[in-house]
Order: sequence, then structure tokens, then C-alpha cells
Amino acid sequence: MYAIVAGGGKVGANVARSLLRLGAEVTLIEERRDRFERLEEEFEHQVQRGDATELHVLERAGIARPPDIVLALTGDDEDNVVISQIAKERYGVPKAIARVNDPRNQGHFDLLGVSPTICATSSIMALVEHEVPEHDLIHLLELRKENLEIVEVQIDRDSPSAGKRVEGLALPEGARLISVMRDGKAEIAVGSTMLEPGDQVLAILEPGKEDELRKVLLKH
Amino acid sequence: MGTLGLNALIIGCGRVGSSIALQLQREGWDVTVVDENEDALTRLGDHWPGLFLVGHGMDVEILREAGIEDADAVVVATNGDNTNIVVGQVAQKRFGIDCVVVRVLDPARADLYASLGMRTVCPTKTAIDTLTEAVRACELPIPQRSTA
Repeated sequence: MYAIVAGGGKVGANVARSLLRLGAEVTLIEERRDRFERLEEEFEHQVQRGDATELHVLERAGIARPPDIVLALTGDDEDNVVISQIAKERYGVPKAIARVNDPRNQGHFDLLGVSPTICATSSIMALVEHEVPEHDLIHLLELRKENLEIVEVQIDRDSPSAGKRVEGLALPEGARLISVMRDGKAEIAVGSTMLEPGDQVLAILEPGKEDELRKVLLKH
Repeated sequence: MGTLGLNALIIGCGRVGSSIALQLQREGWDVTVVDENEDALTRLGDHWPGLFLVGHGMDVEILREAGIEDADAVVVATNGDNTNIVVGQVAQKRFGIDCVVVRVLDPARADLYASLGMRTVCPTKTAIDTLTEAVRACELPIPQRSTA
């Protein structure tokens, strides 16, 4: 695998290091001189200095080959959008992953077809919700391309689904239960799985059907 | 109210953005200007009749407040090429504005995004052409080459 990593901050440098350890061929691009010089000691010829939104810098890094994947991991969201677009539109790079620094910009990435994305703030917030739930339905993972999401709900004593088998639930169309976590053990949910109070249930569904799912599993 | 009944939104009020704003306003447009820095308002003179909002062009709420939904033309001219490219696409694709003009200083990116359907304007390219032409216009005597 050949990967170009744009942005040599903590995220980019660690990703480049991990990819190299996996045996991938990597070119890391960093614009700032101080950072570049530090990176050069470790990455030697595998790091190049320049603005990764400039075509000639990307070309020097081998984007015309093209690489199997471009990782746009700079600290600037506009740069990450443009790097991903240049890679795909101009050079036919098959895959690009972009970092979202400010979660308020997520909508721009989605609108412009820059996908998949990774946002540390959103991931941390999802974990916070998982650890200290404020809501009865927790979003664990969004599969944007597939238009699916994975959520977690906890079954209570007075939930309508408590004491029912999965096959007896009128789940919304396009929704499935994946697994049931009980007493620290997870089991794949099948038709005969009985839901009990205290169960943590993972479900996969189309975004927008959360309320229907909530009604079936949680509310009378 | 402008005499034309047309709304322009200018994002980025530097030397370029402010001059475009003033020009369009003189021509009868209703002009709204957005800039991150409130001091940029001084570039519009003492009696700016239009709206001026402090905020970033990536902020959809600011764009809405600035009336992007009713804009007939959007000019994106901040000092960041990539910001302009992204904000320009948001104006085109999210808000459906047909007339979006985007300043891109880097000729390579200006060409690329023009080929993808964006009205990019590259002052660098214009400057290169104009300056080259000005050198040619000097009509200097061509020196004899030495045959050393």
C-alpha cells in the first residue's frame, strides 16, 4: 500500500509511523519548518516539506502514481477538504480520509462528498454519552455512505420490550437488533433472544428512525 | 435600498473585497459584507449603507444572517485560497447560488476548480500576464550576444 499523509502534527506523524510499521510505503507532508526538521530526523526521505494543498507539492510526493489512499490530517478543515478533493478529482486517488477539526464543519465535508471523515471531538462526545448517558438512545457509529447508524439503548423494567423475544417486536423497517449485553457478556441478538431489564442492546437502523425504535424498545 | 433590486454578499473585506463591495454599491446593488475582523469595516468608508457582519465564511449561521439565501451574487475573497474554495462550494451547493465568484491566488488550484465548475478568478495569473506584457512594451534594445 502507498499512502500520502498530509499534515505532520501529532495525528499525522503517528498515523504515518503506524502505517510504516504495517509495512506500507508512506510520504508525509508538513509545511512548518520546525516540525518538518524534527520529523526529518525520524522519517528521513519519507517526509517532504510543503503546503499539501499545492499541486506541485502533492506531485513531488507522488500523487500522480496515484497512491492507494490520501489522508488529509492537517489542523485546518478547509485544507483537508481541498486536499481530499484534489486527490480524488484531479489525480483519481481511490480513497481519501479527512480529519474534521471543528465539528461544526462536518456538514461542509458531507455536502462536498468528502468522506469518510474522522472528528476527535465527535468521537469523544460519543464516548462521553456512552459513559455518562444523558439520553436513552446513544449514537455509537455513523456509517454515512451506507446511510446506517449503530445505536445503543438500555432496556428498563417498564420498557415495553422487557420480557419479549426479539421476533415479537414490531421493529421499524430497516432496523435490526445486533447484540444484547447482559451481566458483562454480549450475545448476538437472534429471533428467540429474550430482552430483560438492564440489557444493553445494540441496534442498526437508518438515521431518522430513532423515535420509532425508541417507541418499540423503551416507551409505552 | 439599491436601485437595481439585486443583492450581493461579499465574504472577506480586505483590499479586494471592500473595493468590490463599494463598486457594486455605487452601481445600485444592495451589498452585505462579512469579515472575521471588525476593523475591516473601516475599509468601507465612513458611511457604509449596507450590512456588515463580523464572522467566518465557514459559519453557516453567519451566511444565513447575511442573507445568503436571497443573494443574487456571492463574492468570496478572503485571504485564504482554501477557505474561499470551500465557502464558494457551500454557497453553490448548499444555498444554490448560481453566481458565485471565488478568488484563488494559486493558479493551479484556480484552474482545477474552474474545470470543476467554479467561477474562479486568479489575480496572480492576471498579474503575470500584465507584468510580462509591460516588460515587452518597454521596447528595450536586444543586446548582441558575445560569441565567447
